[in-house]
Amino acid sequence: MEPLSWTGSLSGLNYFFLIILGLLALMIVVSILASLVPSSDARAIGADGTLASDQGAAGFINMIIGYLFYAVVALVLVYLVLGVVMGTGAGIMGGISRQFLPVWAALIITYAVSITYKRKLGLYGKLFDSTVGMIGFGIVMFWVFTGIMGGVFDMLITHDSLSQVSGMKNKLPGTPLARADAEDYQWFLLGGDNLARDVFSRLIKGSWVVVQIAPMATLFAFMVGITLGLPAGYYGGRLDTVLSFLANLILAFPVILLFYLLVTPEIVLTGIPNYMATFLFVFPLIFVAILLNSRYYTQPSFRTPLLIVVLGVLGWLYLSLISSDGSIVQTDTYRIPGLPAMLDGFDIDGGILVVFVSVVFVNSPTVFRIVRGLALDIKTRDYVAAAQTRGEGPWYIMLWEILPNARGPLIVDFCLRIGYTTILLGTLGFFGLGLESESPDWGSTINAGRRLLALYPHAAIAPALALLSLVLGLNLLADGLREESLRD
Amino acid sequence: MGIFILRRLGVMVLTALCLTFIVFWLTNLYPNLEKLAKTQGNFRMSDEAVSSYLGDRGYLQPMPVKFGQWLGVMPGWVTEKEEGKTFGRCFDAGTPEKERPTRCGVLQGDWGFSTVFKDEVGTTVATRLALTGKLMLCVLLLMVPSALIVGVLAGMREGSKLDRSLSTFSIATTATPEYVSGVIFIAVLASSKFGLSPILAEWGWIDSKTLFLGSATSAMADANFWNFFLPVLTISLYGMGYIARMTRASMAEVMTAQYIRTARLKGVKFSDIVLKHALRNALIAPFTVIMLQIPWLLNGVVIVETLFNYKGFGWLLVQAASNNDIELLLAVSVVSVVVVLVTQLISDIGYVYLNPRIRIS
Repeated sequence: MEPLSWTGSLSGLNYFFLIILGLLALMIVVSILASLVPSSDARAIGADGTLASDQGAAGFINMIIGYLFYAVVALVLVYLVLGVVMGTGAGIMGGISRQFLPVWAALIITYAVSITYKRKLGLYGKLFDSTVGMIGFGIVMFWVFTGIMGGVFDMLITHDSLSQVSGMKNKLPGTPLARADAEDYQWFLLGGDNLARDVFSRLIKGSWVVVQIAPMATLFAFMVGITLGLPAGYYGGRLDTVLSFLANLILAFPVILLFYLLVTPEIVLTGIPNYMATFLFVFPLIFVAILLNSRYYTQPSFRTPLLIVVLGVLGWLYLSLISSDGSIVQTDTYRIPGLPAMLDGFDIDGGILVVFVSVVFVNSPTVFRIVRGLALDIKTRDYVAAAQTRGEGPWYIMLWEILPNARGPLIVDFCLRIGYTTILLGTLGFFGLGLESESPDWGSTINAGRRLLALYPHAAIAPALALLSLVLGLNLLADGLREESLRD
Repeated sequence: MGIFILRRLGVMVLTALCLTFIVFWLTNLYPNLEKLAKTQGNFRMSDEAVSSYLGDRGYLQPMPVKFGQWLGVMPGWVTEKEEGKTFGRCFDAGTPEKERPTRCGVLQGDWGFSTVFKDEVGTTVATRLALTGKLMLCVLLLMVPSALIVGVLAGMREGSKLDRSLSTFSIATTATPEYVSGVIFIAVLASSKFGLSPILAEWGWIDSKTLFLGSATSAMADANFWNFFLPVLTISLYGMGYIARMTRASMAEVMTAQYIRTARLKGVKFSDIVLKHALRNALIAPFTVIMLQIPWLLNGVVIVETLFNYKGFGWLLVQAASNNDIELLLAVSVVSVVVVLVTQLISDIGYVYLNPRIRIS
């Protein structure tokens, strides 16, 4: 079988595409240069006294840029749609596009539903008013759908991400599978890596690792940061001094040194990550308990059952999360018993738990500082004084007066921080820490591919670009959210 | 001001002590020591052999005692063997009794002995630090001016085409961690089979096989544009976007100030407004950001030195940490913690100094 080219039978479009892309770049440069020169647009006074002016040269250039941009978008869509229709007939891009068909469908449905109801969806709906936010959201959701569909349901992937196929070592993108059976997918779409595994399938499997860990770790870091940052900012004084000192202590550590100290197998043996998990993961429980209690403590008949149910569920999740094989900490010399194995809902793989804990640990001091700063600012507002006069308790003021009013910056930071967590996860993988070496996550794959970078760059470039696009998407999403939340 | 600096220095010393103790504690946990004993002795050591090896070398003393010895405030351990050999932390078996110092630690200027490099920790760290200093200097020289220019250009006309293009560029660079941009740069610019180099070589535009060298090992002795630019660019890009965005925000804020409007109404030339009136005020905030960015550069340095095989401080950190070379790792963490704390101090003092509106009582 022939090796695939990048665009197959659509390669006639390539020149067209490149020309338009080049023109677009050129016109953007021209418009920037033109904006430096003051332009005088022609003005004409009509007979009725109205003033009419044309757009001038700048307006003309902007119009061209607009059309060229739409042309680029349209051509990309043509590549993708024809790719879905023609499959590998349209080369590697076509094959990839067809593999991603379920993701495209999910994206289209998400956008159609969201845009239809965008006026009823609050801040999320407003996101669809901003182009930047929509692009960012699209990229992020692309990887979220890819992660879930590929990671959980084994859709999208063309080959097993761990199996090695002899004869496919370091093969270039589009190489046909050696000695393929009829039911196999016939190509390695993005080539083979140095252990003869399919780069494309590993890319998709790797997205699940990120989609799984990054948002959850960020959420936990926010819980820790909020639960400690609000009282530090609101009460101030000695509590603030101690907590800020501890936060600065962690922040002064070089992140990589911290990772090296926490994630090595010897440290894992001592059970320190388990202790840290036990400590850090209890914060969501505390947070929810205080949140509900401070709101409903005046109605004990409602509060008590609510707290019992919510804390029961969360407590079970917490215990399942931190205990494995019936123990919380298990070392050679002693063990601390945890939830018995029969009640244990799910087991987190040891490596992932350690990575998770260290990422939460690194992120929470920064969140703490942000929340503390916001609390310091907001506690001087009139509505806080009003709540104090009403006789509300301090936790009610913190969680139901200050926190909702700090949500704008926090949501924006949440998006940015998921991106940052993704980068951290990649860093861990890049240094071969935490996850197993055969794990398909992007950092480990880049690490494995970088040794042969000058000869076979595809194995490292594919995950690098994937990581870049996801973090870029999160940054654009945060930018869009910031723009829209400032508009209120 | 004096008291402010003194108090900050006090907190700094306390922070440094706490952090080094944490590193000390983590590296001195028993599994780590066991690994150390096995790598230094042999891998088939029995448990007893391990504990006697560790006991002889003072590793099994209580943690605070060991930390005190490392600091040099407590007398170093001395082991007397049955066969009459005596050796200790501060001397080996051959040293005559009179020349044996009792204390040797950081306070005495003795940073210990590296088990990986078989050399004094002080000299090892100093040579590697000099190499990284060279890298950092080049990074700062490239990153700070370009970030400031990008930020000022973007911020002087908020919302213009230039602003939007440059802001997109800054966002893109902050979204590209070093291990991604480094990999892309090597593949595109430094590969003899892919990217630009083969094309340029075919056209005869470059003499060598590749546009840039993908490994910076040769730059340690003799750095030039060809072998040093890619690592420098890789570190600079990631830090640049953040500084540029801060500069842009600060510039945009200054440009809406009353005195700028007055200057415009007076008919001052736009370039004069930007350069003479706005720039000075707009550069206060980026100064803090640049100082606080330096610790982050350290992160980038570790990644880039690993990726480009440049054997500097970051490479040393990786070697020390992956081999649990306790004393080297402690020295490395002391240096990096001091860098973080000193830059924080400079940024605070500089902020007060640059901004006459802030006074610390």
